[in-house]
Amino acid sequence: MTAPRPQGGAPRAYAFPAVHRARLANGLGVAVARMPRLPLVTVLALVDAGAVCDSAGAEGTASLTALGLAEGTTGRDGVALTEQFELLGTGLGVGCDWDSAMVYVTVTPARLERVLALLAEALTAPAFGERDVERLKTERLAELLQQQAEPRGLANDKFAEFLFAERSRYSVPAGGSANSVRRLSADRLRGFHRERYVPGATTLIFAGDVEAEHAIALTERVLDTWRGVPPATCAVDDRTNGRARRVCVVNRPDAPQTELRVGHRGVRRRHPDYFPILVMNALLGGLFSSRINLNLRERNGFTYGARSAFDWRRHEGPFVVSTAVRTDVTDAAAREILREIATLRTEPVGDDELSLATAYLDGVFPIRYETTQAVAEAIATAEVYGLGDDYYGCYRERVRAVTAADVHRAAEAHLHPEELLVLAVGDAGAVREPLERLGLGPVEVHDADADGTTP
Amino acid sequence: MQIPVASYELANGLRVTLSEDHSAPIVAVNLWYHVGSANERIGRTGFAHLFEHMLFQGSAHVGANEHSELILRAGGTLNGSTWLDRTNYFETVPSNQLALALWLEADRMGALLPAMTQQKLDTQRDVVKNERQWSMDNQPYGTWWEKLPALAFPPSHPFHHSLIGSMDDLSAASLDDVVQFFQTYYTPDNAVLSIAGDFEAAEARTLVERYFGSLARGAGKPPLPAMEVPAQFGGWRRQVVEDDVMLPRLFLAFRSPAFGTPAYYVASIAGAVLGMRRGSRLYRSLVRDRELASETSAFTFDLAKGSDLLIVDATARPGVRVEQLEAAVAEEVEELRAAGVTQAEVERAMALIETDLTGAMQSAGERADRLSRFATYFGDASLVNAQTGRYHAVTAEAVDAFVGQSLGEDNRISLVYVPRDAAGSGPA
Repeated sequence: MTAPRPQGGAPRAYAFPAVHRARLANGLGVAVARMPRLPLVTVLALVDAGAVCDSAGAEGTASLTALGLAEGTTGRDGVALTEQFELLGTGLGVGCDWDSAMVYVTVTPARLERVLALLAEALTAPAFGERDVERLKTERLAELLQQQAEPRGLANDKFAEFLFAERSRYSVPAGGSANSVRRLSADRLRGFHRERYVPGATTLIFAGDVEAEHAIALTERVLDTWRGVPPATCAVDDRTNGRARRVCVVNRPDAPQTELRVGHRGVRRRHPDYFPILVMNALLGGLFSSRINLNLRERNGFTYGARSAFDWRRHEGPFVVSTAVRTDVTDAAAREILREIATLRTEPVGDDELSLATAYLDGVFPIRYETTQAVAEAIATAEVYGLGDDYYGCYRERVRAVTAADVHRAAEAHLHPEELLVLAVGDAGAVREPLERLGLGPVEVHDADADGTTP
Repeated sequence: MQIPVASYELANGLRVTLSEDHSAPIVAVNLWYHVGSANERIGRTGFAHLFEHMLFQGSAHVGANEHSELILRAGGTLNGSTWLDRTNYFETVPSNQLALALWLEADRMGALLPAMTQQKLDTQRDVVKNERQWSMDNQPYGTWWEKLPALAFPPSHPFHHSLIGSMDDLSAASLDDVVQFFQTYYTPDNAVLSIAGDFEAAEARTLVERYFGSLARGAGKPPLPAMEVPAQFGGWRRQVVEDDVMLPRLFLAFRSPAFGTPAYYVASIAGAVLGMRRGSRLYRSLVRDRELASETSAFTFDLAKGSDLLIVDATARPGVRVEQLEAAVAEEVEELRAAGVTQAEVERAMALIETDLTGAMQSAGERADRLSRFATYFGDASLVNAQTGRYHAVTAEAVDAFVGQSLGEDNRISLVYVPRDAAGSGPA
């Protein structure tokens, strides 16, 4: 083939779907984004009832409450509720992250009204039957038990445990620990639901083949009588567990690989440096062609992949580099990750590298929003963090405006080599001494079994 | 749910399918090469997948990792994957970058070898060995991916051996293997190209001809050994694996009709009745009622030659022994065979599948991949539009006949994972 490499022509215009908003008399927010291409609508109920609302010792309440919504209502049990949704070609999705709970379905427009009535029933009148709640608790305990042999999930949870102060909600998994989950009861879930699942703390988001007026009218029909007083937004203690650099090893004897996590406390979502940090992280470890992945995977063959990410929350969630490497290169991989973090702070970023990150984030924007679910989730994110209705309209412009100097400043301000926590989940017998020789700081060795996980 | 489908063939045998959709400025390019782990020779397990990695290491006019960098810089996403009987490569890019994606795919189809070096092979070999450890060896139950096909297909069958490959075979792979594999299988007449999304057909045809038209046809590929196997296993084989897991898990497999045959859709509905989502029989009984399992599901491998596999899996709750779990799954299967499905169960399965089929059409990449699949397996990309109808043609009687015939004790394999420490299934 002798044809020269083609240059792209001018991009065709793209606009994120316009969002129409309404508020019912009871305080319930409604947001509708019309996407008429296919006969599908996603409905997502966003509730200010995330894991940060859990009280100390009762971690997992928010998560189990969200899961419990699919387990039956005061009018029909879980089997009947599930069957109704599934006969209509959909299932009730439930989820809970740090800052919110979500209940969602994707359905054809002809079935929207019936499905919306079911969703409203699950959202406002869940039963939280004793037996169902006990089963959900056992399933969460089974998940935690499984994790002792599943190094990726274990590494993520242990990283948070060692990073954040013991009292911080962020130090315990969003779904709760074995000890906290065992203490939960159906009564507690009912109380949490009564307090936090109220119209003034909820937004119903529609994305897909539906007119705004129709969606709003349907919402009024099924949720007009819902009542409740919005509670205060939950604050969270996001302090860390000391800030000096250290190394923790979670021992899994004979593990063929080490799951590595390297990072520190990050930045809250509404930080003014969000866009410079986004671009900075893309070229550090956010893209396949990022420095960390090219170094660890393509130059050294240490790993199948390595990435970095800021976990964006209302408060300061972690910044973390994640990878799984062959056991005998654990120390070398840790050293290279630290080197890349340090270099980004000390050396300027070239134009070519900067434009790779900005051109990617700019160009990929329309590809992210092909599905009704993706658009509904994007609207939810803007809602949770108060990003404003013009956020997606301005996104690409703001990415393009980031300069090399902005990236450098973001790296200096938000990467902290002296505070890095290095966590290695792997064979302590093989990795402890090499990690000590790196001289990064004190090396502690821990067991995989968290308190109370083994029955 | 129908999408536009226009197929044609270049003089060199490359089959092309175009599917226009101007609703967003996005276009997907998708190539299926009709080669997978089934085509590997003895002593080279894992090579088809290792070779897939080499396709990102540059070609005559593209540097190492430059393919990825150019697509990212264009604002696109990309990847590749290897399966038993095919390997695919795909990009989704802003529509003004269609030419770039086609040019990159054509350069590596036409001129991969000038860019291949021993050092690149050695590095990707290390990457793939890490991938094996990451996805299988250091992951609970991860080895089921190679243990189940090994049990389900006889040693002489091309689907018997490991797709990711053994460490020894990966170590043995050489640059000579790369040359041979490329020349044999990476030819336009062994590939299918699909383009879906925002483009003008005339322009796309011009670009495809410009970049792919001059590539030489291959010399043909060696035939695969016979793929036909008896419709049933002829017994109930069982393998127990002691592994670093905390809870027992059962994979129960049945031989089932090949992907795309009318009977495949019947088997799919039967699988959905048993294990699709929370309204399925296994979930209702094992997870909700009897509280023996913490999760369960059913799925097919979607193999288009010989016979497919229908698999149900279930993970025990803490305190439940694997024998109890296996007996309970078998009871549910027997109950289904004895009493048959209800009309409501068939309708539930159909409704869920139909929403999923429509949902998949939202993404340009998914549309292009499905077009390539039907073009590769059946020479007819437009079958993508026939899927909903095929499912609707399935009757409750046909499902009853299938479960009676194919889910019996003479057609089962149990692959059972138990905690290495015999007492590890925990106190009741």
